[in-house]
Amino acid sequence: MSDKPEIPEKSDDARPANAADAVADAAALAGHRSMRRRSFLSSVGAAAGLGAAAAWASLAPPSWPLSLRDPDGERGKPQKKLYTLPENGFAVPASATASVLGVARGERFDAMLRAAVDAIGGISRFVERGDVVLIKPNVAFERAAPLGATSNPEIVSALIHLVREAGASEVRVADNPIESPEACFVRSGVRKAAIQAGAEVFLPTAASFETLHVPGATWIENWPFFWRPFAGVDKVIGIAPVKDHNLCRASMTTKNWYGLLGGRRNQFHQDIHGIISDLALMLRPTFVILDGSRVLFRSGPTGGSLADVRSGSTIVASTDSLATDAFGWHDLLQRQGEELPNYFAQAAARGLGQPDWRQVSMKEVQVG
Amino acid sequence: VTDQAGQSAAPAVKKAANKPASKPGFFDNNRDGTPFYARHLRITTVRVLAQAFFFGLFVFLLWTTWLSRLGGYPASLFLELDPLVGFATALSTHTVYRWLWRGLLILIPTLLLGRLFCNWICPYGTLHQFVGWLFNIRKNKARIDANRYRSGYQIKYIILAIFLVMAAFGALQIGLLDPICLLVRTFTVALSPAIDLIAGDISLPKLAFSPGASEPRIFGGAWLVGLIIIGLVGMNLVIPRFFCRVLCPLGAFLGFLSRFALWRIDRDLTKCTDCDLCLRRCEGAADPQAALRKSECFVCFNCIDDCPEDALSFKLTPLPVKDLIKGRIRKKDPAKAKPKAKINSDEKQATLFGKPVVSGIPETVIVAPDVPRRRWFFAGIAGVLAYPFLRMSKAVNKRGYHEKAIRPPGSVAEPEFLERCIKCDQCINVCPTNVLQPATLEQSGLEGLWTPVMDFSVGFCQLNCVLCAEVCPTGAIQKTSIAKKLGAGEYQEQGPIRVGTAFFNRGRCLPWSMETPCVVCEEVCPVSPKAIGTYEEEIIRWDGQKIVLNKPYMRPELCIGCGICEHECPVMDDAAVYVTAIGETRSEDRTLLLSSGKKGES
Repeated sequence: MSDKPEIPEKSDDARPANAADAVADAAALAGHRSMRRRSFLSSVGAAAGLGAAAAWASLAPPSWPLSLRDPDGERGKPQKKLYTLPENGFAVPASATASVLGVARGERFDAMLRAAVDAIGGISRFVERGDVVLIKPNVAFERAAPLGATSNPEIVSALIHLVREAGASEVRVADNPIESPEACFVRSGVRKAAIQAGAEVFLPTAASFETLHVPGATWIENWPFFWRPFAGVDKVIGIAPVKDHNLCRASMTTKNWYGLLGGRRNQFHQDIHGIISDLALMLRPTFVILDGSRVLFRSGPTGGSLADVRSGSTIVASTDSLATDAFGWHDLLQRQGEELPNYFAQAAARGLGQPDWRQVSMKEVQVG
Repeated sequence: VTDQAGQSAAPAVKKAANKPASKPGFFDNNRDGTPFYARHLRITTVRVLAQAFFFGLFVFLLWTTWLSRLGGYPASLFLELDPLVGFATALSTHTVYRWLWRGLLILIPTLLLGRLFCNWICPYGTLHQFVGWLFNIRKNKARIDANRYRSGYQIKYIILAIFLVMAAFGALQIGLLDPICLLVRTFTVALSPAIDLIAGDISLPKLAFSPGASEPRIFGGAWLVGLIIIGLVGMNLVIPRFFCRVLCPLGAFLGFLSRFALWRIDRDLTKCTDCDLCLRRCEGAADPQAALRKSECFVCFNCIDDCPEDALSFKLTPLPVKDLIKGRIRKKDPAKAKPKAKINSDEKQATLFGKPVVSGIPETVIVAPDVPRRRWFFAGIAGVLAYPFLRMSKAVNKRGYHEKAIRPPGSVAEPEFLERCIKCDQCINVCPTNVLQPATLEQSGLEGLWTPVMDFSVGFCQLNCVLCAEVCPTGAIQKTSIAKKLGAGEYQEQGPIRVGTAFFNRGRCLPWSMETPCVVCEEVCPVSPKAIGTYEEEIIRWDGQKIVLNKPYMRPELCIGCGICEHECPVMDDAAVYVTAIGETRSEDRTLLLSSGKKGES
């Protein structure tokens, strides 16, 4: 608008010079009005649409599609998916002819392992062509192999070769150590042995764990479990050293499954025997190897001095962890006079094995 | 503005490649007969390749700084090549540790060619240049003006002088701003954990900087270190190469030395038309369009590339020619310069060696940094005062040191440690358990900010591990064998290295105060015989049940302070067994137990 309306030339708004201009202006004005109407309607429509969508998402009952409504806060909580292992674990059917305990004595670990496994039916009884096999050593601590705190890498290597000979399509080696995983696997020599023998090593990372449901377990009914190496696995073999333990007194094949759990494991000592019994319930292996090449007879489970270790010259293969561990208690830790740790009785009461190893069939072989 | 007719005759030999007249094929030789790669492989292209190589090498070496990737790589190579690290630690310790002589390798090209480290090798410089290039929105005049020298760029010399004076007193602070230390620290504390999170999310663990770590690594103070790099890199949008031009003490150090360089960029006054196009991509803001500031020049060669008159060249010992000009030159307004039109037309043209002088600026070089003597003096006084200010902090003294300022095994005693540690955090990068953390102000004062301390709520000191000592470039953590750490073999007499001593808080310990079995601490204690023992005690529990409890106690003469007991204690938030710095073997002042003193003799 001009601020000098008295001068006609300058107040040029809405003063058509002729009729044609007037018509054009009228048309323009009409067009302008309809544009205004249209933009008004589209603004209102957009606002209404957004409002309705927001109202739907926040007010529609939870069961309706696209509803985000969470009246009591339950919907917003993270949903834990529960995983389970096969009902009978990874065991193969019992054999009428094979022994339960196969004990090999000597110094040539390769041949001893073979002999011990042969005594319980041979590797072909346990591993079929095409199987995916998980081997669980004890690599809990960052110790060189001679200190006896971890599974002997030579025997782990021999076991991998044996399993691959039987036709396994894939061999995995996994453990969740107490100390830094990488360092434990390197220092113990297990990493190198496993990779050279053709196995894949699984180290635990935060993403490797899922919640495992163990029906009937006292403490670990739902507990973080090192699941990644278990995905698609057919057979599971444990291989554990013979170790003294400060609280449960002996750590062998049953306690070895501790390394499959994650979460707040440092609470387990509050009922260590109950936990080990739960571990036996949680994982029923295809078979176990007790690596008695060395015995960490004191200062366990960490050791750290060669003075804590003596040679055991024994490898045991078995389908019964409790019988194996009881044999180790007597024969390798040489604690014949002492009562077995309480976890044996607890696990036996659940029907998970025979802690009186003299009751099971046993074959002992001297190698070399 | 570039391909004007003016450059046709003489410069054609070199500039033929720029002529768009007929497009030659990629492998066709140039018209002047020079081979095809002379067209593509310009010196600036070679420079970019070198920068990419050194940046890649830098990241690769950090990436290999991890237990499972050890392969004899010189993990701390860049820190050792950094001549400021070598020089400043030589000032503070009067020694040159282990590989720090490698800094000489950078001094040689600096004394020959100038500050080329900054734009050919320095990975931090490359980062800044890349970011500045990627996000540049300036055009033409604005871009040229952004690359003019400003007096504020002398700040880096003041910073350097303060740091060096402090170093001479024994407070080494160069690591706060030294670009290599800063970038290694940033990678360690902020970038690599971030990359690891992403690598985990996209299931590419091989990309991760810490593959096989059971938990993603966490670092106290990552937010600050991260914010600093975002801020410094972001400043490139305001002032190109802000860090390099304004703050970098290494740049200042090399800039100071480059006054002796034999080669430099030289401007031919008979060709230069004062068009200022050489400033378009001048990285150092070294004023190549006027008197080249030798101490600011990064030797990036962009100016030579950009000069349409071929007036700039890299020459061996060119001399100032100002006094050799015959006649009077007229100062021109560079904005109005119409070079071709003005020459020959005016009354009497100034000449140089018989050729007419085109440029209106007769000066060609300023050798020394632009810092007035009074400001050097000020910097010296500031450094002299800063030293006692820092040392008055309780955290770095005999009395009142922080009980959780626990140094990694192999560290020298605290005063010597502060003379050596450059806060590069390489040790923290290599630590497999994440126990090493950058120290807070509370733990270590400003003087020890971001130096390594152990936090056992995060990790623990792995028994057979001396990686931190292996990568330390300055010997703050001295090279230590595993036998020496454990006190084995020839070190039996000395005994193991202790970093602190563990204590029980019986009020929070499950067996001591809650009638609950535990002793995880005893289980994980890695020394043999164990430093944690137990009293076996039969008690009647609150519900009348008889139970046997193992109540733990400490045998301090066996404890090495590794902290795995504290780390594994189920009373996690305020552990019932915890390590403090007392009893560490690196310091006579911090011993705990009465000893015969024999240990020191061997």
